[in-house]
Amino acid sequence: MSGAQAKPDIALRVEDLKVHFGGKKRFFSGYANTVHAVDGVSFEVPAGKTFGIVGESGSGKSTTALAILRLAPITSGKVVLGDTVISDLEKEELRSERSRFQIVFQDPYSSLDPRKRAGAIVREPLELMKIGTLKERDEKVAALFVQVGLRPEQQALFPHQFSGGQRQRLGLARALSTRPELIVCDEPVSALDVAIQAQILNLMADLQKQLGLTYLFISHDLGVVQHICDIVAVMYLGQIVEQADRVSLFTNPRHPYTKALLEAVPSVHQNKRNRRERIRLVGDPPSPINLPKGCRFASRCPVAEARCHQEAPPLLEKENGHQVACFLA
Amino acid sequence: MSVFHRFWDSDFAWDFRHSPVAVVSFLVALLLVLSALFAPLIATINPFEPGNLNLMNGFTAPGTQNAFTGESFILGTDDQGRDVYSTILYGMRISLFVGFAAVALGMLIGVTLGLVAGYFGGWTDAIIMRIADVQLTFPSILVAMLIFGVAKGFTPVEYRDQLAIWVLILSIGLSDWVQFARVVRGATLVEKQKEYVQAARLIGRGAMPILVRHILPNVLSPVLVIATISLALAIIAEATLSFLGVGAPSTQPSLGTLIRIGQNYLFSGEWWILFFPSATLLALALSVNLLGDWLRDALNPKLK
Repeated sequence: MSGAQAKPDIALRVEDLKVHFGGKKRFFSGYANTVHAVDGVSFEVPAGKTFGIVGESGSGKSTTALAILRLAPITSGKVVLGDTVISDLEKEELRSERSRFQIVFQDPYSSLDPRKRAGAIVREPLELMKIGTLKERDEKVAALFVQVGLRPEQQALFPHQFSGGQRQRLGLARALSTRPELIVCDEPVSALDVAIQAQILNLMADLQKQLGLTYLFISHDLGVVQHICDIVAVMYLGQIVEQADRVSLFTNPRHPYTKALLEAVPSVHQNKRNRRERIRLVGDPPSPINLPKGCRFASRCPVAEARCHQEAPPLLEKENGHQVACFLA
Repeated sequence: MSVFHRFWDSDFAWDFRHSPVAVVSFLVALLLVLSALFAPLIATINPFEPGNLNLMNGFTAPGTQNAFTGESFILGTDDQGRDVYSTILYGMRISLFVGFAAVALGMLIGVTLGLVAGYFGGWTDAIIMRIADVQLTFPSILVAMLIFGVAKGFTPVEYRDQLAIWVLILSIGLSDWVQFARVVRGATLVEKQKEYVQAARLIGRGAMPILVRHILPNVLSPVLVIATISLALAIIAEATLSFLGVGAPSTQPSLGTLIRIGQNYLFSGEWWILFFPSATLLALALSVNLLGDWLRDALNPKLK
């Protein structure tokens, strides 16, 4: 394994990450069913870039994010942040490294402690890590408020006195307060209305430019991903089926699943010809408990052949940086 | 706007003003608590001081003159010649003190164990909650009597009367922690799933600071309701234990002790010794309980 030789421009490297739930021996019912939530995911996030993971509900995108943050148990595989293997850290070591990776949550309501004032929420990480003097912390918190587009006076308010967009700004300020190397954004705008979504996305892009942030961006919204991500990975049932830079993925999707997803995006420019060619997905993804033998998408794939039901296609690079897991792509 | 004005304008205060039951119970409870607090100022004698008592005054009916001493007492006297009015005031001090202290003890134990059980789960949770379940299967007065008996056995004879109050508090407190533990555990299970707790873990907070700083403040409002209702129950439990003769010593009678004394003379016509302490206990327990009921509804937005 190549542990410490990470290239300096790679902020996060994930190697064959697996997160399985259940599977322990039970007293009465024998073995519990194993849910293969994340099943062998590998990718690299270059420093200063935004890496997007898209997929439908249950594809394992959020579990991947939680496992990287060490909030979900890792079954096997490696997560390397900078030159630290964070998947190997235990207890105290892990606690001391936690400030290096932060998250912006999906739900702007449950992600802020309702009994704490906004200033205290942003300040808590600074207190915990004993950064600077009390006065320097005051200044830092005020600066963070300005940075995310809030007024420093608003520190005295409680979370319920903010709107959804403002709460997400607070979440961003809290994540920024530790100066993390990686910010995981777990559907940060999907709970907001469209006008506010654009504001928050633009704010995130501005902050990235100013501070050189690295984002791992989880979303089910292709429009949002196209707006903000540099590299996009498409997940299906716990695995990456296609990964490419934004332009290549959106103009030249190769995996039938990606094609179907892109064509499911409603558009005002759609004409009749387009609609006839549209690939429709029928049915639900197979259960992550009893995985199919071959390609996981084969049961819903419009172009699947006999081979697809027997063998699982590996994720291979088809052209410069564009990886696809499909025999027919 | 001042803090008072903000409170006066809050939903909570509005709800209170528009609930006659809440206002009346609050006033009754306040009156009783204040009169217990200022008992030395408003009582005619200190009935806990044997030197103040005159046995010749025994069994004086309310409002009548005693045949031997010519003294009269507004609520009459008991068999020892104690002024019932003063004894009720002093007895209520014991009842309220034991009630508050027992609830505080039960709350401390229950909230702590509930937080720990809810947050850590697994074996910790299983052990704490099974103990709670077992204790729930016994009537709490039985548990209190058991603890009272055991604790009394451990205290030296010469300190027994002095320690009786503390033993009462311990036994009632230990018998009602379960309520708190169950409610706090449930609320903790909900809170710990919320993302702000994950955010706190992500900045490297340990389990104990998360419990105390983040989860505890968010699970306290149901605790307030249970504490109020438990207060009424604790006062009744104290009265029950004293009535049974195992609680407050007869030299320092609480309301329950007075009722026990009065019960002996009910059929010989001295009704006032039983009646006035019982009425006081009823007013106290009922007003606190109704206040707790109102509080539960007021803090539950789903009932509005």
